[in-house]
Amino acid sequence: MSQAPTLQLRDVSKHFGQVTALASGSIELYPGSIHALIGENGAGKSTLVKIIAGLYHRDSGEFLFEGKPVDFKSTAESKAAGIAVIYQEPTLFPDLSVTENVFMGRQPVNRFFRINRSAMRAEVVQLMERLGVGLDPDRPTRGLSIADQQIIEIAKAISLDAKVLIMDEPTAALSGVEVERLFAVARQLRDEGRALMFISHRFNEVFSLCDTVTVMRDGNYVSTVAIKDTNEHQLVTQMVGREVTSLFPKLDTEVGETVLEVHGLNSPGVFADIDLHVDAGEIVGLSGLVGAGRSEVARAIFGVDPYTDGQVQLLGKPLPARNPAAAMAAGIGFVPEDRRQQGLVMQNPIATNITDAIRGSLVKRGVITHKAENAAAQIWAHNLEVKTASLDAKAETLSGGNQQKVVLAKWLASNPKLLIIDEPTRGIDVGTKSEVHRRMSQLAKEGMAILMISSELPEVLGMADRVYVMHEGRITAELSRDEATPESVMYAATHSSVPAPAAVEIEVTETIVETGK
Amino acid sequence: MEKQNFFVRLIKQREVSILIVFVALVIVTTMVQPTFFFSSDGWRALLLDPAIYVVLAIGEAVVIITKSVDLSVGSTMGLCAWAVGTAYLNWHDMPPALAFALGIGFGAFLGFVNGALVGIAKVPGMVITLGTMYIFRGIDILWAGSARINPKDFGDDFKNLGNSRLIPDWIIVGDVKMGSLPTLTLIAVIVLVIAAWYMRNIRTGRALYAIGSAPQAAELYGLPYRKLSFLAFVICGATAGMAGTMFAARYATIISTAGNGYEMQAIGAAVIGGVAIVGGSGTILGAAVGALLLTTINAALPILGLPSLWQKAVVGALIIGAIVLDRVLASRNERRLVAERMAS
Repeated sequence: MSQAPTLQLRDVSKHFGQVTALASGSIELYPGSIHALIGENGAGKSTLVKIIAGLYHRDSGEFLFEGKPVDFKSTAESKAAGIAVIYQEPTLFPDLSVTENVFMGRQPVNRFFRINRSAMRAEVVQLMERLGVGLDPDRPTRGLSIADQQIIEIAKAISLDAKVLIMDEPTAALSGVEVERLFAVARQLRDEGRALMFISHRFNEVFSLCDTVTVMRDGNYVSTVAIKDTNEHQLVTQMVGREVTSLFPKLDTEVGETVLEVHGLNSPGVFADIDLHVDAGEIVGLSGLVGAGRSEVARAIFGVDPYTDGQVQLLGKPLPARNPAAAMAAGIGFVPEDRRQQGLVMQNPIATNITDAIRGSLVKRGVITHKAENAAAQIWAHNLEVKTASLDAKAETLSGGNQQKVVLAKWLASNPKLLIIDEPTRGIDVGTKSEVHRRMSQLAKEGMAILMISSELPEVLGMADRVYVMHEGRITAELSRDEATPESVMYAATHSSVPAPAAVEIEVTETIVETGK
Repeated sequence: MEKQNFFVRLIKQREVSILIVFVALVIVTTMVQPTFFFSSDGWRALLLDPAIYVVLAIGEAVVIITKSVDLSVGSTMGLCAWAVGTAYLNWHDMPPALAFALGIGFGAFLGFVNGALVGIAKVPGMVITLGTMYIFRGIDILWAGSARINPKDFGDDFKNLGNSRLIPDWIIVGDVKMGSLPTLTLIAVIVLVIAAWYMRNIRTGRALYAIGSAPQAAELYGLPYRKLSFLAFVICGATAGMAGTMFAARYATIISTAGNGYEMQAIGAAVIGGVAIVGGSGTILGAAVGALLLTTINAALPILGLPSLWQKAVVGALIIGAIVLDRVLASRNERRLVAERMAS
């Protein structure tokens, strides 16, 4: 690597309001190299990528491209400079053909600015041949697999003659064969002297494809080393970089009677043979990779999603399927993953949001008065220390952490026996995070049963008394607090059967800690 | 095999199937009343009546393709017609070309207002144009009051343009004369050819499809989303202004309610012609053929003996049918595409 770097970021930061998405990001990409960027969820990888792409504008720091300072204000500018990005979300136009997708906005034209369709098509045929895929250039991109969509993105990058190609978790949704095909193409591009950046949470992929690796943590640059000089263990330590348990204070509790029992729950193509139980006073973690079916199981238990067979029992009584109202009446509270979409009515006042689940009990002579509502809301807003000027303020005015507290308050007000929390602290700043944890711990101590789905491994390890791990729709491990380690959870999350033989390379995957959205 | 495929494909094209419905309608109606087609006036009406709607539907289609909608085209059209009429009150012999330039320019300006409001307020086009629909109409009423611009107020060249035939009847069989080409029809065809060519062959035309197909992707892709959406509204305003000028030339009588309700016809025509209301697909030709069918249905139904009470219901059923057909075709197409992928 005696050459000059194609792209350099030094000490770049990005804030959204009070939330720091990236505190200090640095990376150098060299021609003819594939550079891995790894880190936990919230480490700032995607933010870094979006700054390079021109989608976000950095607040501070240096950004050099081919040795010169640059200041991209739009994705069009970065693209024009020669940077191609393959995002986690597809950026294709489903109604348009493969050919048009490759050339949108820069189609070859002949006289009168008329698009030269045949030239365009011929080049795409050539590109597809070169990439070794048999994609029909004339078909619309609607219905294409993620793998094929990525191939089109790569074809775009090649036809653009991009000097830098960034792939943000391209393999998350690919099968083994498709991953191989992608890697072959990536190596080909590397050998042509392009600089590639590869974000992944799969260590075996990082080690087989990349030559350099940069680790990020909590929005900060940690280290850059050559792949041959490091190993998984070292990288994991750098990624996590803290004493996991100390951050998440789970109080010891008396485990009481069984609150939730799930037997043989099935939903074809989504999950299968789910057996689990949660006892009073217990926090049970449900862990696994993205798409393992965790949220789906939770939604099925609460009655939002259907299941074909199996049974859900609360305190020994069976719950009807597909009936959230019955689940609520029986004493289940459900804090969904996406609080903006599913947990809160953002336009409504905080008080109304808090009292949402207990509306019925506030009715007096057929009406709910503003006063009764605020009085009831006040109790929980106070309990959970929701930081707001007024309970009449709209929920959307609150910070992410406070919004989450409002969702919690809403369910706690209904005094549930079982609380299901999907991603309790996603997108919440560190301070509020530990508050939410403290509150959950307190609730368990008071005898509530809590089922917690979390993609953040430290959270699962720190908070859960017991952990179920899912892989491809099945529970592959049930681990006690002592048995649950990063290695054991990640092993179960990536393998269809347990246990882990010591010799087997452990695929520590960051998906555990990452879903991307 | 290949040949059969070609015909099957041709019939599956929405434009072609609408055209077939149109031809069938004309045949059936002509069987009931031969002069519907076989007469100088019948032939002329068949070609001339849709002209204004075609132009209006073309602009509307451009906006719908970008995943928006313009509800103000009827008001824009009325306001522009009034503006052209007022110009003639002041300059009786204004050349028709200038009248068109005025109508199109003023329409483009009103489209500019729509586009700017949508871009600045970042509110869906439907809401903004619902507002401007009333505002433009309000300005029209304020300006026109209860006045009326009459045929005598317009220059002769302009009035003639609205009713003249570029080619006279050239098919003469016994008493029946037909085959003329009205000037306004030719104007509509020219607009159609230019717009269709633009949307098919020019980069920004394709980009309009792209932003309607996947707005978020367009942003990540670096397409100038707001500029393009703005452009669509300006195009739509310009065609509405043109339609207003054509209206003035054709009827030479303008009051403040001119163009009332035309926006629904324009949207209906585009939708019937296969322009998906969710954006990203459909063709300009489809919208034009949709307008042709819609206008002809309105003319044919009374002849076919359908009580006038039912005519609107038929049009409504046609629109709903078209949308349901679109949904069915889209989901079938999606399944087929996925199946193809699985098979390969």
